[in-house]
Parts: sequence; C-alpha cells; structure tokens
Amino acid sequence: MGLDQLSLLQQLMITLSAMALFTSFALLEQARLVAAIHAFAWQGVLVAMVTAVVAASGGLEHLFFSAALTLGLKALLIPWMLHWLVRSLELDRHKEPLRHPALVIMAGVALVIFSYWLVLPMVEEELMFTRNIVAVSLAMVLIGLLMMVVRQQAVTQVLGFMSMENGLFLAAVSATGGMPLVVELGVAFDVLVAMVLFGVFFFQIRESIDSLDVDRMNRLTERTDEE
Amino acid sequence: MMALLFTVFAPLAGALVLAVLTPLRIAGWFNIAISALNFAASLALARAVATDGVVAGMSFRVDDFNVYLLVLTAFVSLTTAIFSRPYMGYVRESGRTTDRGMRLYHTMFQLFMFTMMLALSTDNLGVLWVAVEGATLATVLLVSLYRTPEAIEAAWKYFILCGVGIALALFGTVLLYFAAQHVLEDPTKGLTWSALYGVAGQLPPSVMGLAFVFLLVGYGTKVGLVPMHQWLPDAHSEGPTPMSAVLSGLLLNVALYAVVRLKMLVDGSLAGTELPHMAGYLLMGFGLVSFLVAGLFLHRQRDIKRMFSYSSIEHMGLMTFAFGLGGPLATFGALLHMLVHSLTKSAIFVTVGHATHIAGTQSIDHIRGLIRTQPAVGWGLLLGVAAIAGFPPFGVFTSEFLLLTATMQTQPWFTVPLLVGLAVAFAGLFRHLQPMVYGSVPEGQEPVQANMLPVLIHLGLVLWLGLSIPEFLSHWLNRATELIVGVGLL
Repeated sequence: MGLDQLSLLQQLMITLSAMALFTSFALLEQARLVAAIHAFAWQGVLVAMVTAVVAASGGLEHLFFSAALTLGLKALLIPWMLHWLVRSLELDRHKEPLRHPALVIMAGVALVIFSYWLVLPMVEEELMFTRNIVAVSLAMVLIGLLMMVVRQQAVTQVLGFMSMENGLFLAAVSATGGMPLVVELGVAFDVLVAMVLFGVFFFQIRESIDSLDVDRMNRLTERTDEE
Repeated sequence: MMALLFTVFAPLAGALVLAVLTPLRIAGWFNIAISALNFAASLALARAVATDGVVAGMSFRVDDFNVYLLVLTAFVSLTTAIFSRPYMGYVRESGRTTDRGMRLYHTMFQLFMFTMMLALSTDNLGVLWVAVEGATLATVLLVSLYRTPEAIEAAWKYFILCGVGIALALFGTVLLYFAAQHVLEDPTKGLTWSALYGVAGQLPPSVMGLAFVFLLVGYGTKVGLVPMHQWLPDAHSEGPTPMSAVLSGLLLNVALYAVVRLKMLVDGSLAGTELPHMAGYLLMGFGLVSFLVAGLFLHRQRDIKRMFSYSSIEHMGLMTFAFGLGGPLATFGALLHMLVHSLTKSAIFVTVGHATHIAGTQSIDHIRGLIRTQPAVGWGLLLGVAAIAGFPPFGVFTSEFLLLTATMQTQPWFTVPLLVGLAVAFAGLFRHLQPMVYGSVPEGQEPVQANMLPVLIHLGLVLWLGLSIPEFLSHWLNRATELIVGVGLL
C-alpha cells in the first residue's frame, strides 16, 4: 500500500509519528541533559499534534481534550519540572556521553524492525494504516526501555520512562481513538505523581551518593550478601 | 452498594485525614480504626455478594472471586495496623525516622490500601492499571523511609523496574482495548471486564495473544515472577517491616489477581485456535521458574527479611503455576494457597519485626537464641516458618497437597520439579531458622515489648484451615473456582 492511497490527514499523522520516533532516537543519543529535556518536550508536542490530527480526522471531540492534556503535561509541565530540577541540582552543564553510541543506535534500529515484525500478524490488510502507527509507538516504548537500560544517570532514566509513556499514549490514540476518559485522567495523574516522586528521589539519591549516577548504587546485590 | 463504596473509599478518606491530622500520638490508633471500619464494610460486602451473587454498579463489580480477596486484604490491613502502631512508635523513638516520616507512613499506608481495594473491586481494566501503578507510587516513598543508602537504592530500583513493567502492562491494555473495538457494540466499553468476558470468544486471538504477553510481563513484574523479580527482595527488605508484611501479603496477590482475570479473557478468545492453552503454558513456565529459582536463592541469603521475600517469590511462583495448570482442583488449591500464604507471610513479617527489634539487626548471622530471650517471638517465628514450609497440620500443607494432586492428575512429570523445589525451599528456610531460634543468646540481649496478637490470630486461622476448612469458606472458594474455570470442585 503506497502513501498516495492515504488521505492527507492520514499522511500527516504518519509523518508526525515518524518524527516522534525520530525524537526518541535523539533522546537516546543526546549527551547533554538540557538538550535531552528539550528533545523530550518536542516529542510531547508531536504526540499532542498526532492526537489533534486524529481528533480532526475522526471527528472525535474528546480527543481534543486529550491533545490539550498531553500538550500541557508532556510538552510543558514535565519538561519544565525537569528543567527546574536540573537547575537546582546544578546539572545544567552535565554531559553524559554514551559508551557505545553506534551499538546503541543499532540496537534502537533493531527494536524498530522488531516492533514491525511483532505487529505483523496483528491486523488484517484493511488496517495496514493503524498497524504502522502501532508499530511506531511500540518502537518508542521499546527505545524508552533501551534508554533506561543503557543510561546510568537518574535524569536520563526518567526521560526514558516518560518517553515510554509517550509511546503508550500514541498507541492508545492511534489504534483505538483514545482510552476512556476516566482511564486517561488516571494515567495522566499517575504520570504526574510519578514525576513529583522522581524529583523527590533525585534529591534523596544525591544526598546519599553525592551524584545522580545510579550505577554507583550497588550495595544491594546478591554478591555483597556473601561478604 | 453502600458496603462496596465504604470498602473502597474508607481508606482514601482515612488517608486524607491522616495527612493533615496534627497529633501524631493518635495517628496510630486512627489508622487502626480506619482499617477496622474497612474490614467491617468488607464483611458486609461479602454478605451481600453471598446473597445476591454479584454486586455491581458505577463501574465496580464484585463477585465471588474478588470479594474473598477484598476481605483478606481488609483483614491483613487491620492486623498489620494493630502491629504497626507500637512498632512504628519504636522506630520513631530509635530516631530512624522523623515526625514527617511518621505522617507519611500513616497516610501512605491507607492510600496503599485504597489502591488495593480499587484494583480488586473495579470492573474497568484501565482503572485496574491505574490502581496497580498507584500502589507503586504509594509505597515507593515508604521503602526509602529510613533514608539509608540501601533504602534509597532499593526504592529507586523498585520505582524504575515496576514503572517499566507496568508500562508494558499498559501497552497490553491498549492492545486489549484495540481488540475490543471491532467486537463490542459500544466500543467505549472496551475496557469493561464483564462486557469483554461476555464476548471473549469473538475477540481476535492474534491481538489477544500478543496483549497477554505484554500484560503478563507487566503485571508479572509486580507478582515478582523471575526474571522480573529483582526489585522485590530489595524493596521488601529495606522498607519498614509493616510495609514488608502488606507488600508480601497483599500487593503480590492483587497483581496475580489481575493476571488471572486477564487469563480468563484470553482463554475465551484463544479457545478455537491451535494454541488454546497458550496463556496457561506461559503462566506454568514463569511460575515454575520463579518457584525453583527463588527456592535456590533462599539458601544464600544473609538478611532475614530478604530471605522471606524470596520465600514470597517462591510461593507466588507456585500459585502462578497452579493457575496456569487450570482445572478445578488446581484453581481451588491456588485460591486457598493465596489465602493461607497471605496470612502466614504477614504473620512471619510481624514476628521478624520483633526479632530484628530484639537483635538490633536484620543480619541472620547476628540473630541468635530467640526462644531463650523471648519465647513468644521465638516460637512465633518457628511455627510461622513451619507453616510456610508446608508442614501439616497448617493450611499451606493442605493447599500444596491439593496442588500436587492436581499436577499429578494432569501433568504428572511436573510433580518431580515441584517436590524437589519444595524440599530445596524447606532446607533453605530451616538451615537459617535453626540457629536463629535456638543458638546461644548473645550477651545483653533483652526481651522487647512485643504484640503477638496478630501473629496468634493469623497462625490460628492457618491452623484452622489446615485442620478443617469451614463449609462456608469451601463453598465460597468453590464458587470462585466455578467462575474462573467454569466447573466447580465440590
């Protein structure tokens, strides 16, 4: 199925989702914390735009509300909170380069291919379009997961967590036209509370190990039990 | 309906009051009062369910399966609240936490109970997800309550791992909602469990299969299934002891409850395909691996609370295996095992709280001679461990015996690893227990003020369930079994 068979709005949706996936890669690779937070904010903007386009093309009015909620939460509030935290922890100049950047990016690409393969048997031919976006959002979720594994810094781990959340939201919007309102509000509330708690933990971790390099927290392994 | 609302929202109201209540002296008592009210409401609810069958409305739905878990949760919450009042008083006096920490503890205790009640009683799978994630959020600050480097590390690990796991579960939930879109007349009801269960046979199997894998990995993280269990021993051992008791006794149950509910949907959807028991096989695999690995890990533990967390993983693995096995006997056994495991494990954690108070440490090597120092605590620990290891005449023996019989009937080869696993776990527990309760008393070890009432009640109930299961309870579990597998046992 070629792109020309899709309506203009659908093409726009695919383009925007692809750009959101691109920001995932940018997040994965970005060494500077502040720049990574900006990339995350852009991802929020893109996800909100996809939501608005889905709402416009399907005439789903409740989705406009979701789009506004996403824009407010993921593109403004959470990036702002992270920015504030980074500034008050004096990490604005902090750089955290990846150890094997090429390898990590290759793994990210492999995850995208894996996502496409995973959703392959999922829907019949007529739903090809949906399948595309579900695959993209699954890839965003998995890249967020990868980010949490390869990054050793607490703030970047939180960014990975939040971009996973973006991927999930994109999946819900594109595949099903949004979750029921009560669920969406509940999820948004959980994400917000999680962000506040992450902030609390940044301070607790810094107090405890004098850095936010969570790799240095290694007291609780099975090995130390043997000492 | 009133009883249902009370059961769910009493803890929330209690949490709000506890958050602003100024005198900390009475916070512990107030905590007990809320839990008692909650327990009474859950009993009234159980009565309503017993007469009417199902209590539903306002997107809540309580049937025979979840009502027994609701009562169990409210009961364990009450006894833990009774234990935690003096225990947290001692923690405060020893200077391990501050007044703010105490307020946080009481508020979060009730908030955690609210999320548990909400997760158990809701009919909406999305709300279930929100509640289970809420349980993580409510407890994560309690894990780091003591602010030691270990506690903060454990809390961070707990937060990140459960956050990731639960995110995968949300993806599974989205897929489920997607699958329901083309089946239900009213697609907005696509997350309502009862509506989905009615049309389970029509849900597209390919999507449901994929969704279940995500849901199992997601909620399985919370159950503590190997290899997603890494957070569990840390979180359970570093947090305050009453928290360990409710995490081990309740949270794991609720996560497993979610998995079983979802399995019911997936089984219906996959019934006509080549792999009708895919969900069951997955549960059996994860369950057996968790059971065996946790049993082995029991041997190398040096921290008493860590050891009992591994024992929780082991038992959750056994239950997961049994639910995967399916069939009325295995399901009945698994339901009974959920009940007796919760009661026994929370009793053990309460006793461990007193034992660590006596010894002043959680290190197994330094806890010695409990029976001579304080017979009540020593015997409590000994009997608790005997019960959890599956000694007759305790209830755990009955349920494990049922599970073994069920395995023998349907998958006889699996009896071998199960028996080996039980023996390994038994040895692991007792090699550590023996010097702790007997052994020579270290100099200067004094008895402490211990409140063994919760332990006595829990172990008494487990003993009673082992000797004779009262008729109303067996009928109750039987109806739940009927609900889950379609046929009853009795």
